[in-house]
Amino acid sequence: MLGLDKKDFRLLLIVIAITLLAPFILNPFPEGSGMAQFNAGYPDLMQRFVIYGIFAIGFNILFGLTGYLSFGHAAFLGVGSYAAIWMMKLVTLNVIPAIILGVIIAGLFALAVGYISLRRSGIYFSILTLAFAQMSYALAYSVLTPITGGETGLQIKATDSPLLSNLEPGQIGRANLFGMDMRAGFDLSFGDWLFTINAGYYIAAVFMILAFYLSIRIFRSPFGTMLRAVKSNQTRMYYTGLNARPYTLAAFVISGMYAGLAGGLLVAMDTQAGPERMFWTASGEVVLMTILGGAGTLIGPVLGSGAIKYMENILSKINKDILHEWFAFMPDGLEDFIIAIVYPFIGKGWHLTLGLIFMAVVIFLPGGLVEGGQRIGRLLRGKKANPNDDKATQSTPAE
Amino acid sequence: MEAIILQVLNGLDKGSAYALIALGLTLIFGTLGVVNFAHGALFMIGAFCAVTLSRILTLSRTVVDETQTDFLGNPLQVQVPYVHDWFGQATGDAIIDWAVPLSILFAIPVMMLIGVVMERGLIKHFYKRPHADQILVTFGLAIVLQEIIKYYYGANPIPTPAPEAFTGSFDFGAMLGLDPNVVIYPYWRIIYFAFAAVIIGAVFAFLQFTTFGMVVRAGMADRETVQLLGINIDRRFTIMFGLAAAVAGLAGVMYTPINSPNYHMGMDFLVLSFVVVVVGGMGSLPGAVLAGFLLGILESFASMREVLEVLPGINQIIIYLVAIIILLTRPRGLMGRKGVMED
Amino acid sequence: MSKTDLTRRGLLKTSAIAGAGVALPTIFTASSAAAFTNEPTGDTVTLGFNVPQTGPYADEGADELRAYELAVEHLNGGGDGGMMNTFSSNALQGNGIMGKKVEYVTGDTQTKADAARASAKSMIEKDGAVMITGGSSSGVAVAVQALCQEAGVIFMAGLTHSNDTTGKDRKANGFRHFFNSYMSGAALAPVLANAYGTDRKAYHLTADYNWGYTTEEAVRASTEAMGWETVAAVKTPLTQTDFSSYIAPVLQSGADTLVLNHYGGNMVNSLTNAVQFGLRDKQVNGKDFQIVVPLYSRLMAKGAGENVKGIFGSTNWHWSLQDEGSKAFVKSFGTKYGFPPSQAAHTCYVQAMLYADAVERAGSFNPCAVVEALEGFEFDGMGNGPTLYRAEDHQCFKDVLVVKGKENPESEFDLLEIVEVTPVDQVTYAPDHPQMGGADATLGECNDGA
Repeated sequence: MLGLDKKDFRLLLIVIAITLLAPFILNPFPEGSGMAQFNAGYPDLMQRFVIYGIFAIGFNILFGLTGYLSFGHAAFLGVGSYAAIWMMKLVTLNVIPAIILGVIIAGLFALAVGYISLRRSGIYFSILTLAFAQMSYALAYSVLTPITGGETGLQIKATDSPLLSNLEPGQIGRANLFGMDMRAGFDLSFGDWLFTINAGYYIAAVFMILAFYLSIRIFRSPFGTMLRAVKSNQTRMYYTGLNARPYTLAAFVISGMYAGLAGGLLVAMDTQAGPERMFWTASGEVVLMTILGGAGTLIGPVLGSGAIKYMENILSKINKDILHEWFAFMPDGLEDFIIAIVYPFIGKGWHLTLGLIFMAVVIFLPGGLVEGGQRIGRLLRGKKANPNDDKATQSTPAE
Repeated sequence: MEAIILQVLNGLDKGSAYALIALGLTLIFGTLGVVNFAHGALFMIGAFCAVTLSRILTLSRTVVDETQTDFLGNPLQVQVPYVHDWFGQATGDAIIDWAVPLSILFAIPVMMLIGVVMERGLIKHFYKRPHADQILVTFGLAIVLQEIIKYYYGANPIPTPAPEAFTGSFDFGAMLGLDPNVVIYPYWRIIYFAFAAVIIGAVFAFLQFTTFGMVVRAGMADRETVQLLGINIDRRFTIMFGLAAAVAGLAGVMYTPINSPNYHMGMDFLVLSFVVVVVGGMGSLPGAVLAGFLLGILESFASMREVLEVLPGINQIIIYLVAIIILLTRPRGLMGRKGVMED
Repeated sequence: MSKTDLTRRGLLKTSAIAGAGVALPTIFTASSAAAFTNEPTGDTVTLGFNVPQTGPYADEGADELRAYELAVEHLNGGGDGGMMNTFSSNALQGNGIMGKKVEYVTGDTQTKADAARASAKSMIEKDGAVMITGGSSSGVAVAVQALCQEAGVIFMAGLTHSNDTTGKDRKANGFRHFFNSYMSGAALAPVLANAYGTDRKAYHLTADYNWGYTTEEAVRASTEAMGWETVAAVKTPLTQTDFSSYIAPVLQSGADTLVLNHYGGNMVNSLTNAVQFGLRDKQVNGKDFQIVVPLYSRLMAKGAGENVKGIFGSTNWHWSLQDEGSKAFVKSFGTKYGFPPSQAAHTCYVQAMLYADAVERAGSFNPCAVVEALEGFEFDGMGNGPTLYRAEDHQCFKDVLVVKGKENPESEFDLLEIVEVTPVDQVTYAPDHPQMGGADATLGECNDGA
């Protein structure tokens, strides 16, 4: 189906189902309950899940298949964002041209950076990409301020009137898709449960499903096989008369375009672009997302990006008051004791939890979260004693 | 002319910081083959060894002074350090004043211990794992170490001044017969440079002239053969890791008077130190030191007003620009060995 | 499809009671259900406190959060009431805001525009916050202010000093109590001229980003008006930690004053480095060499330690002020937390109070009503003397403190001493001042999200 084998097609269907039902799946707790703190089904975070998912899927096409570890991928995301917001400021508030321009500009930038960086391999390649990204960041933050807005970045202002829009003077333009506002939507409520259906999220989700589908096709194509050959033994490939460079460069540009797509979508959902998107920590983040989820697997990067964004947005918002609310049922002494133990790990201590999870995953689950899923899957199957139950939600890792 | 002498001095000083950090990193990264993202954190912990020691030295008992009041109007609580009680006011103050140099003695065993525990407890299991896994685990460790320090010391920088005797600056210009006050350089920075030179020399001598060093170098080149010869190379690698941690820690201790330490200072240096090591060439200690000084000096020149007027923003990117040029003209950095971390 | 961008928790609670146990979907739309974004319909109102909790400004953020918690306590009638008792407006009763108990959510800006917007959006979309406040940098303030304008909630800026926040990037839904670069320059220049003379040669080191630019511009303009000459202005990267190569050439440039347009870690390091070079012991042009730090904060002064002694700067507020408002605030903050509040804590506390008061006076949480109540509002008793929230740019106009690093501190908090309280007239400027974006700068229309 769609050029996929049965197993991949099933994986795609599962991803589609989860993405489309995300507003419900991510809001499992009723409003007003203590656990509602853990609900992630609000538009902004759902959008970030899928957008960073796209970013990580793209990164994985380069890193997971060829083994080339780019440490400057955030630069492409940033460049894509700047291109998209300028498109919206100057030409049209429709998101599609903005996203397309973001992808194209990021692709061109990736072509230039990749052409130079891919002359080297291993750590030398990583440092070259890092150097390009850091230069982009430093310049965007300072001397390029007239183009990038510097520290404050770019937003759409009342003074912007794009060519193809008919805004009244003083009206602040809003991102839209043929007239539909990105923030359009409605709330559904079932008893105590509240679900927000948001147009922007579904637009981003469609892009992610397409991006995911494309990545499956790349993984399973002869091109993908060639890229894996680069990873396993480039020298042997060379001796058989194949030049690896065009393939790796193609992979680099494709993954740069994925980053540009993510950057364009970020702007489409939230009309703002700033330089810290290109800082090395942002590049590091996508590396961590991919490894955390499981490098070289299809679904891993999406899981990894979801996990990190979830912690960043949910864990950091838990404060002492909320803890007191949760543990109020305990006797006073015990309550204070438990809170004293939990407190360093939440709120301002969310980085600590993040660090511990990185360590735990890599120590106990060498294949990332995907391996965790597989282990659980195996465990369940073992218990059911049903070896034919082929219900794995994960594909096999590339290696 | 004066300006150039000044920037060379600055460059040597900056370079010695880069070289010291890169030296420790390259011992682990370039030779053991572990991508250690926690190296910056080791540098930071070294700096906090100095902070901790000065906290210990200023441990105080509280005396309530009824004649003065605090900001809420309550009687003022005056802190009297115990060292005053034990050694008298003058000696006590001198000990507190010399906290940073004293921290060297404190930091060496602490950092060695941290290094050894890290290697035995964690890194050991990652020698054969992909670099990606090493990055994830050491980055996680770096965050954890950083957050622990933040939890106890806060996020604000903590002033840790050099001893009174080393404040002020030395007038090189007067020595060279130039106008006074033109080419001046702070005493502590001169000491930092000398200290770095001594440490770098000691590490080289240790690896070059001792049997232990010879075995380690052999182990770097061909670990399996050395093991087959019946030598316990693992234990030596553990010690090397402890040594690298100590070098990073000492760099941190001595750096505290230059810039007040804070919990994320390690991250600030992390990327830069990787660039230095790679530009120097993987697996080469002299390369790392050379690259450290080279980048330090170039960075100093790029920050000159005269240069910035011609090329605005060059100070922001100089290090990365030079790194790209060097890596494109010399495939393995300045002095890299073939085949190390190239795949 | 109907248009609504936000969830309404309060609304939901009521509807949940109505439809309890009924598993039929109920669809709400903006037009039919709420008059404006996140209208509080229950007996509580939620405010969003968006402060840096990780990164270099985490300590400042922690102090801001303490101030907000204190403000909430006072608004809900707890504690000793703090500045509510000295505030010239008597609209607040200590029974929450308009009888609704004040609840709050917190978030981490990480001092990054993206993260700050994500955090603010989650407060608006998920928690139903009707006002967002806090922050410790101008980049974040401008980004979050723009977001609040789009979403239709009020933004009460925390610590942000760049002219842009209420200058070229001003927004109808955004308000700033903190002072700005222009005011720092205007307040400092006369004091500097007084102390160091009018024929000084200044050398500027400027952090290479928006705040640095506006501060350098402001300080240059006001000192040059006093007769000073600017020898050079060099931009330093934000990520710089060692400033030696920027400081070493200062002496031979012929300058006799160094102005450090740096904040936070940059300021701590550049000042430490400058003192290390012994600049302050030198004589140039027959005058003692001097260093100036336009924006001071006590937390940063603490980081620089001994090096701040005798160095001039400006600050929004200091705990040693002796007016009734400041004394009341220091007392209730100090009693609760054991140390005096920072200027960041003060501005955040005041912003929370001003918002609550404006809602009471307007009789509505509707952002446009709040904007109307705050515009042109004159008040006193909040620690800065008589203050005006100017209608044209939503900037507070009040006296500015010129401070100096104290030579003999009595405690670890006693680092700055007030040299002069510059009267408000001296720091007032026209709303279309060129440093503030000129005639193009406009607030736009207030947005209530409906």
